[in-house]
Amino acid sequence: MQLFEVTTDPLDVTRTAAVVSHSGDGAVATFVGLVRDHNAERRVLWIDYEAYVPLARKAFERIGAETAERWPAARLAIHHRTGRIEIGEASVVIAAASVHRSDAFAACRYAIERVKQIAPVWKHEHFEGGETWIEGAAADADDEAARQLAFERACS
Amino acid sequence: MFVTIRLFARLREIAGAGDLRRELPAGATAHTAWESLAREFPALTAHERSVSCAVNEDYARFSTPLHDGDEIAFLPPVSGGGFACR
Repeated sequence: MQLFEVTTDPLDVTRTAAVVSHSGDGAVATFVGLVRDHNAERRVLWIDYEAYVPLARKAFERIGAETAERWPAARLAIHHRTGRIEIGEASVVIAAASVHRSDAFAACRYAIERVKQIAPVWKHEHFEGGETWIEGAAADADDEAARQLAFERACS
Repeated sequence: MFVTIRLFARLREIAGAGDLRRELPAGATAHTAWESLAREFPALTAHERSVSCAVNEDYARFSTPLHDGDEIAFLPPVSGGGFACR
């Protein structure tokens, strides 16, 4: 697998971690985003993920560059799945490897916050009794305040 | 000039298609494309303030000028995942 991918295949955190880690690393921090069975009082059945694939890949590369700027020793992989994803399955997997754990944890946390802010990925939630698009913020990759918020979360 | 317009998620459902080819006047910007689309599909109008855009697979602004053959994508708000409420 490449460092930054959008795929319809099931994700595997071990495989994502293997993409970034090498013998000089003392730590790999991973994040696995799952489809859960409830949201806002609704019983969720499954979620369809839709992406603008080429831009999503570029967004991940951009997040990788931002991470490298702040934590030069860390290397990042982001793998996002699209299509119908069942309860308990992973929709996104992030791995950050570094010499020391502090950089690995921070880079990983920063990356998932940025994915949520700017990646062109949309969730169509299917729940008992209906369906709805889950919408957050307008994607603005140049919004410095959002980027700063992601840094603060990563370093808190 | 002719451009390809890509729509996603809720916007795609409103227009009934995710991939449209439309003619725009010379000097058109991303905003011109949006306005022309909103005339065609008035239900899009309500989403204007929350939509962002990309030109040729890169983040862009509504003021970005378009050229013949460009691909302009309109992006509804992204998933967010509880970012605002922590």
